[in-house]
Amino acid sequence: MSREMTGARMVIEALRDQGVDTVFGYPGGAVLPIYDEIFQQNDIKHILVRHEQGAVHMAEGYARSTGKPGVVLVTSGPGATNAVTGLTDALMDSIPLVVLTGQVPTFLIGTDGFQEADTIGITRPCTKHNWLVKETDELAATIHKAFHIATSGRPGPVLIDIPKDVQFATGDYVGPKQIETPSYQPAKKGDLATITRLVELMETAERPILYTGGGVINSGTGASQLLRELADATGFPVTSTLMGLGAYPASGKGWIGMLGMHGLYEANMAMHDCDLMIAVGARFDDRITGRVADFSPGSVKAQIDIDPSSINKVIHVDLPIVGDVGHVLEDMLKVWKARGRKTNAAAVQKWWVQIEQWKARNCLAYRNSDKVIKPQHALQRLQALTAGRNPYITTEVGQHQMWAAQFLHFEDPHHWMTSGGLGTMGYGLPASIGVQVAHPEALVINVAGEASWLMNMQEMGTAVQFRAPVKQFILNNERLGMVRQWQQLLHGERYSQSWSESLPDFVKLAEAFGCGGRTVADPADLDAAIQEMIDYDGPFILDVLVEKHENCFPMIPSGKPHNEMLLGEASTEGAITGAGAALV
Amino acid sequence: MAALNIQKGASSHSAYDLRDPNAQTIESHTLAVLVENEPGVLARVIGLFSGRGYNIDSLTVAEVDHLGHRSRITIVTRGTPAVIEQIKAQLGRIVPVHEVHDLTVEGPSVERELGLFKVTSKGDKRVEALRIAEIFRASVVDSTLESFVFEITGTPEKLDAFADLMRPLGLSDQARTGVAALARGG
Ligand SMILES: Cc1ncc(C[n+]2csc(CCOP(=O)(O)OP(=O)(O)O)c2C)c(N)n1
Ligand SMILES: [Mg+2]
Repeated sequence: MSREMTGARMVIEALRDQGVDTVFGYPGGAVLPIYDEIFQQNDIKHILVRHEQGAVHMAEGYARSTGKPGVVLVTSGPGATNAVTGLTDALMDSIPLVVLTGQVPTFLIGTDGFQEADTIGITRPCTKHNWLVKETDELAATIHKAFHIATSGRPGPVLIDIPKDVQFATGDYVGPKQIETPSYQPAKKGDLATITRLVELMETAERPILYTGGGVINSGTGASQLLRELADATGFPVTSTLMGLGAYPASGKGWIGMLGMHGLYEANMAMHDCDLMIAVGARFDDRITGRVADFSPGSVKAQIDIDPSSINKVIHVDLPIVGDVGHVLEDMLKVWKARGRKTNAAAVQKWWVQIEQWKARNCLAYRNSDKVIKPQHALQRLQALTAGRNPYITTEVGQHQMWAAQFLHFEDPHHWMTSGGLGTMGYGLPASIGVQVAHPEALVINVAGEASWLMNMQEMGTAVQFRAPVKQFILNNERLGMVRQWQQLLHGERYSQSWSESLPDFVKLAEAFGCGGRTVADPADLDAAIQEMIDYDGPFILDVLVEKHENCFPMIPSGKPHNEMLLGEASTEGAITGAGAALV
Repeated sequence: MAALNIQKGASSHSAYDLRDPNAQTIESHTLAVLVENEPGVLARVIGLFSGRGYNIDSLTVAEVDHLGHRSRITIVTRGTPAVIEQIKAQLGRIVPVHEVHDLTVEGPSVERELGLFKVTSKGDKRVEALRIAEIFRASVVDSTLESFVFEITGTPEKLDAFADLMRPLGLSDQARTGVAALARGG
């Protein structure tokens, strides 16, 4: 059945049919007809942001914490261009978003009209797909297609550019059931023969490892459940990328911690020395592999990924399995059980002895102080004081982000939102608001660096307006800490532009925004300050003045193999040379 | 044999790949990409090549199925075996791409290109140009007292050879279509 209505009404109708309850947006001339429709309904809540980048990161936070797509509505020209960083961020981290942009009327396109931008051209490389809708009759079907493409296969952001005259004109509305995408048919099931071959290898492997990534989270909570079952039943150790934290619980017996550039010693050593590597929804990013030629030289590698282009892109794998992580894990478990639940238990036991020896290096050790708050200590206290609350954590980008990944414990998927692929400073504050909007009763904390936080601090106004009681936990080292660390290790301690001058008084800033705020500098006051932040009824900014020159270890310098990682007490002199220094 | 035809979403295309994945030799491959004929689809394909630093040696595009809204893009590209595989997988990810065929490995194929060559000369050179054109089965599609435009169809190598011979005889301009290619047989 089709019904006639205006394009603007169609947008609302289609969002409603897609089960959308929240839109993050900012109005302007080219989307006024849609805003007019928003005004006249109550099903869909509109969160008015302060900057379009904030809207996209909020939608990302919403999506990552719920598994549902995030929806954004912005105007043409500057509204669309402001959304580009968020789109790129979502593309890199495979986050499902549907972004609606207004466009000048079709008859003005190409004339350099007021607030005209080639939004489709600009966003083509930073979306999974995008559309310019020129006929109102095609609008509803396009929106439904957009939701399907954003959320299926390897998820990602999509964008629909809607000229203003298309919003005003009337056309036929079609429902979500009537759409087809013949050229887009992502695989779900993996190849059974290859899965069986992998199970055979699992039965004899002496030093197996499960290397898990964001794909497990994206595949849904069922996939995390299956991963837990597989890991616990086989007794195989589990490591995860930054993106996959929470898929396997930090308290699980197979957990050996995050891997990668700032990953744990035991995780990286185990990756280097394993004989069977099972990559599950992880894509061998350069932050994971270090020097490619020396990456896990002795292992047979299997990779489960829904995106064929993720396979053999960086590292050649012996057993490629294209399929949805959840489906493939289910088949793996079935085959493994049917074949008698075999593992090489004696060898795996020995493997664990080796891993325990690596663990004993205690790679996260740091020298605590009773004079100045160490950032690692601040996070350990945050972990301790929030443990029973199962908080949602977002982060900005920098040292604090890596420390959060190292020191906080994630027990569940969808509770950890961080900008992994793009490394977008300014992500955490808006993302925390998006999470809070989706989970009004939950404890939502943004672990931030002072410099990153300033990049989108205007969104504090959004938090206050919509009573989103997000907690901003700022580890304030008055430095662009990660940049400073690299300059120390790589650039002869020439600290070019890497300190934060003229910082605002964060407590006064909190007051100005109308939320709670406190500064803490004395380690003795830290617990009370964290508790005040947690207990405060509303958004809160906690300015934690931390040690300014702490470095984040372990660290695998760019261009080094896993087994040449720098540990905290290790001498860092001349650690990174030549080719490595050219890498980012 | 259609071993390397990447069915979009197929579960094990790379498992079929029996070539040495670590080979560093640069190979030239001709890819046929069947796409939905919609606005911007060519820009998506070209943007993929420029954005990820792949080479395009030749590119042609035209609608081949008006009713079905299908166009065929033929791309000649270069890279190591791993890069070629990655290019095909990346092409497969583009939403309006229906099929990606690697004609170079799927079996024998025919490749043809059309070229127009203007040769401006007088006297002996003009006679010699005509003689060579005959050998190449090029046809004269325009002539003045001082110039010819030759039309020639063949492999890119044949067109290159023709251009090389015409250069000393007054080759003054040329236009080439790029390669169109089809698998041989049924
Ligand atoms: C938008 C953006 N610009 C620049 C960078 C490069 N960068 C990475 S970390 C960092 C410093 C971050 O400082 P801060 O937020 O205070 O965190 P810290 O490292 O001190 O914990 C910079 C500039 C980035 N990741 N994102
Ligand atoms: Mg800082």
